[in-house]
Amino acid sequence: MIQQRSGRRWQSTEAHPAGGHLPSIATSTFLKPTPDVALRTPGLRYADQTGSDPTKEMVGRETRKMNMYQAVRDAIALSKDDTAVVFGEDVAFGGVFRCTMGLAEEFGRERVFNTPLTEQGIAGFGIGLASMGHTAIAEIQFADYIFPAFDQIVNEAAKFRFRSHGNFNVGKLTIRCPSMAVGHGGHYHSQSPEGFFMGAHGIKIVIPRSPIQAKGLLLSSIRDPNPVIFMEPKVLYRSSVEQVPMDDYEIELGKAETLTRGNDLTIVSWGTPVYHCETAMKMLSHPPPSLAPNVPASVRGAKIELIDLRTIMPWDVQTVAESVNRTGRLIVVHEAGRTGGVGAEIGAEIQKRCFLKLNAPVRLVTGWDTPVPMQYEKFYMPDPIRILDAVIETLNY
Amino acid sequence: MASLARIRSAVPRRMHLARAIQTAADTTQLHQDASHSEPFTVKLHEDSFHGYRTDTPGLDVEVTKENLMRWYKEMNVIRRVEQAADALYKQKLIRGFCHLAIGQEAISVGLNSATTFEDKIISSYRTHPFVILRGGTIKSLVGELLGRVCGVSKGKGGSMHVFTEAFQGGHGIVGAQVPLGAGLAFAQKYLGKKTATFAMYGDGASNQGQVFESFNMAKLWNLPCVFVCENNKYGMGTSAERSSSNTAYYTRGDTIPGIQVNGMDIIAVHQATKFAKDWVTSEKGPLLVEFVTYRYAGHSMSDPGTTYRTREEIQRMRSTQDPIRGLQRYITEWGLASEDELKAIDKEAKTEVEQAVEEAKASPFPDESELWTDIYSAGTEPPFMRGRDREEMHYY
Repeated sequence: MIQQRSGRRWQSTEAHPAGGHLPSIATSTFLKPTPDVALRTPGLRYADQTGSDPTKEMVGRETRKMNMYQAVRDAIALSKDDTAVVFGEDVAFGGVFRCTMGLAEEFGRERVFNTPLTEQGIAGFGIGLASMGHTAIAEIQFADYIFPAFDQIVNEAAKFRFRSHGNFNVGKLTIRCPSMAVGHGGHYHSQSPEGFFMGAHGIKIVIPRSPIQAKGLLLSSIRDPNPVIFMEPKVLYRSSVEQVPMDDYEIELGKAETLTRGNDLTIVSWGTPVYHCETAMKMLSHPPPSLAPNVPASVRGAKIELIDLRTIMPWDVQTVAESVNRTGRLIVVHEAGRTGGVGAEIGAEIQKRCFLKLNAPVRLVTGWDTPVPMQYEKFYMPDPIRILDAVIETLNY
Repeated sequence: MASLARIRSAVPRRMHLARAIQTAADTTQLHQDASHSEPFTVKLHEDSFHGYRTDTPGLDVEVTKENLMRWYKEMNVIRRVEQAADALYKQKLIRGFCHLAIGQEAISVGLNSATTFEDKIISSYRTHPFVILRGGTIKSLVGELLGRVCGVSKGKGGSMHVFTEAFQGGHGIVGAQVPLGAGLAFAQKYLGKKTATFAMYGDGASNQGQVFESFNMAKLWNLPCVFVCENNKYGMGTSAERSSSNTAYYTRGDTIPGIQVNGMDIIAVHQATKFAKDWVTSEKGPLLVEFVTYRYAGHSMSDPGTTYRTREEIQRMRSTQDPIRGLQRYITEWGLASEDELKAIDKEAKTEVEQAVEEAKASPFPDESELWTDIYSAGTEPPFMRGRDREEMHYY
């Protein structure tokens, strides 16, 4: 295990306890437990794909059981580009979450190397490297540490193409960073800073929910001709496990995925809370005895449409608007605090586009407008009960 | 703050090193008869360089008449363009921000003289000269300042953001280009190229944290990066002594050796650049180069430049240490050209600039549709973007 400096860096890299904080992830129906189901995942585009018929593309393909850090590592190893360079704090020996395990041995220490603890420098270095046409895959050890690099990302990376009228660009830059909460990370290891970057037009923000998604979305992000911030929900590194196709495939950026179909209410989320939404939906249709008195029979049969946004910027307005025009109700669930968050932007756009179809106000279920509090982290997170509460209120509005 | 100011002024100014760097522009001596066709050797003033953890570049420099005449022409064109920009700004034809390099011409011309287009130069926002020197034209520079389509960035970058294929750009955030320079140098090293990166910043930017982050990475990974500090004595409106605990900027790289250079003498700048390029391309790691120079104009157009320094100081620099006048003296005193011939060059530069300004003014503003281009790579944009009013939407 990698020794971290005490104080600033997160001390523990232990897996979160089995059956612990988020029991729904282990049993989620969104994860693909068998090769057959995994290969049927919608939206996979194989690098060696020949025809347009996806069912034929399944034939002869192999899968392997992976968790999300293994899928991330698999994607980086598959990026198949001689100029690709992987760098960040401690990445040469695997990184705190093991996402880069063995890459230095496989691809050489001149291509996979540790940087000093120097986030602004990492981002600036990566931007310079990418402007030379190199594929630069940078890791910021925790999304919470990305703020020293904020200037570089917002003022350099995002605007490089525009202000040089396309003479130069840093499209080959991808910044990976673990984000969201595990339940005990506290102020500086549990934040979700995606909303801060939403005004930086010129970059893309991507957040996967599972190993299959992480691999395909990361390969797309690395190859996308725009700089991308790829935020990996850290609690899912080990807790989400599924069969992942071994071949090189991508999942298109800017496209949300509808996970369950319904006509009564739309929920939009991304990353870890997707699983809380799933749990809340189960609680709604089959409330456990302790909750049953609070779940009116009239709403138990409601059909809910759950959308995983996947790309936060540019977000898939069409899919969400189309859904809300059908359901007339929208709840946005994210871990970051509400004020100035991504949910506010989605709410504003949807109420504009779907105003006459809305049967209830757009509801946000988010973290509170406080720091992520060490002792109260479980209360901070938008857990299934809070989501359930919002669902019932919105359905009964 | 008033009391703080009193405390600061009570602190004695930094004691100069044994001897201050020479910053006169005309102290180079002829070593042998100047030839009109063959290279000949001249000797720089012995205080043209100071070294930190390294020997200084040699004082004997081989030059040719052809080079000296070209540098003279280039410096004249640059000064004329900057003066034209000053006038255009005052006519409100250039909007936004504009920073002039008048007084610092020897640095851009000298750097360019000892590098090739394969070398990378990245700098801040006082970078108009590099467009003219490294692949652009006067028209494409002035067009960019005016925000016209004939500009190097098609009018979308403006004064602070000029790029050419051989110039990695003007960058508007103080110090932000320096770590990018480390990235450029890494790519050069990775590709096995015998080329150098010159990452430039000012005395003001040298106090930014990310500059030190870049020093550390470049030394750690032995990158072919020359960190070039253009010390023009003032970071915006604050003098170096009032902003920096150590004003010997060439010594601020800790384990990275550095040289301090007379940035007013074009021949010294040329020699130092050659030295620096040789240094980093022979795998000795990064090098700091501090050019001691002087900015005649204010920091930007909104700064008259006379509130934090005296008019006499500016006047003294202009009359005693001007880089163009220095080179002019070399050329005439060494018998390479007459004053009349130089005046003709000057006139030619003036005409060229005037003509380019008129051409640039005739160029149209970018089409409104350009507002939405180059934000994302073509074909990978979001489906739409909001326009200037409620009704206007741009669909890709």
